[in-house]
Amino acid sequence: MSVIIIGIFGAMMIGAAIFAVYSRSILSAIISSGVISLLASIIYILLAAPDVAMTEAAIGSGLTTVVFLLALRRIYAYAGAADGGSAGHDAAGAQNTAGVRSAEEAIDD
Amino acid sequence: MIKKFFTLVTILLFALMVLPLIRQMVPFQELAPVAAAYAEHGPDELGAANLVTSVIVTYRGLDTLGEVTVLFIATAGVGFLLRRDEEDAAESAHSPRKASELLCSGSMLLFPLLMLFGVYIFLHGHLTPGGGFQGGVVIASAFLLLMLARVSFHLNHSVISFVESISGFAYVVIGVLGIFLAAGFLDNRILPLGEFGSLLSAGAIPLIYSLVGLKVGTELTNVIDTMKMKSAHPDESTSDHCPREEEV
Repeated sequence: MSVIIIGIFGAMMIGAAIFAVYSRSILSAIISSGVISLLASIIYILLAAPDVAMTEAAIGSGLTTVVFLLALRRIYAYAGAADGGSAGHDAAGAQNTAGVRSAEEAIDD
Repeated sequence: MIKKFFTLVTILLFALMVLPLIRQMVPFQELAPVAAAYAEHGPDELGAANLVTSVIVTYRGLDTLGEVTVLFIATAGVGFLLRRDEEDAAESAHSPRKASELLCSGSMLLFPLLMLFGVYIFLHGHLTPGGGFQGGVVIASAFLLLMLARVSFHLNHSVISFVESISGFAYVVIGVLGIFLAAGFLDNRILPLGEFGSLLSAGAIPLIYSLVGLKVGTELTNVIDTMKMKSAHPDESTSDHCPREEEV
């Protein structure tokens, strides 16, 4: 029974990982990678490792997600300052998302 | 197209490589000799109810000291690379949005509870799951909440670095004391073991985990503070108070 539950959570982790890779929005990818850690911590609890589960939940899904989000905001701010930064914050963010994406695609190709 | 094909082939080859390992895997029926020795003698020797903690802090204490050092170097790297000059901050910072009522009230309610919970986790590291690292991260998340709710919140860096250096130094001093007063480096039996299962037991383990918790908490708080954008004009910002207080 426990094997089935762990299998379900593992499949959800793989799904979240694929979503993080193929998601169009970086924000969703960051949230999704936090979800992976949360699911991993549930699996650790099911495997009777509460110490590891606490670490994974606190660091993997909490702190790492926050650090990624802060880094993303810094990237937007730097790109916004480079553009002149006169546009509204949300508009600048959307433009910069496009900019970051095109840069990623350029690297990818 | 070709690139994707090669990626697929690489993944399949990797799966072929790993699959036999999974198929041949037999679950351990009994503990490995070292683990069995820890499980058998750990509670009597070190007096910690949580065996994981006695392994992490004492049997493998040098590894933990290494981990703390790695975290310290990572923090120093973040602080060094993301250090911002005053003019740089003024150039790129935009006036931050005021936090919502919900976040403000929630942070006021949750901050003391989170601090208490973090301290609880690292003080009870030898009794219940968790320890210095987990407690430290919870403390850092409490400070994160405060930073999110109050835009012009500023850390007192001298206090932070004082606490961090003192706790790191004391950790090593306790480790060295173990050489002279007990069996070896980071041995917890420099203090009396006490009654098994009570808060003041397991020798120096609560002390060491409290120091690790303080060190990790201050380091991660510092990382978050370095990562977050500095507000351009901290003096004239009125958003230090939550909206509720301003309306009254």
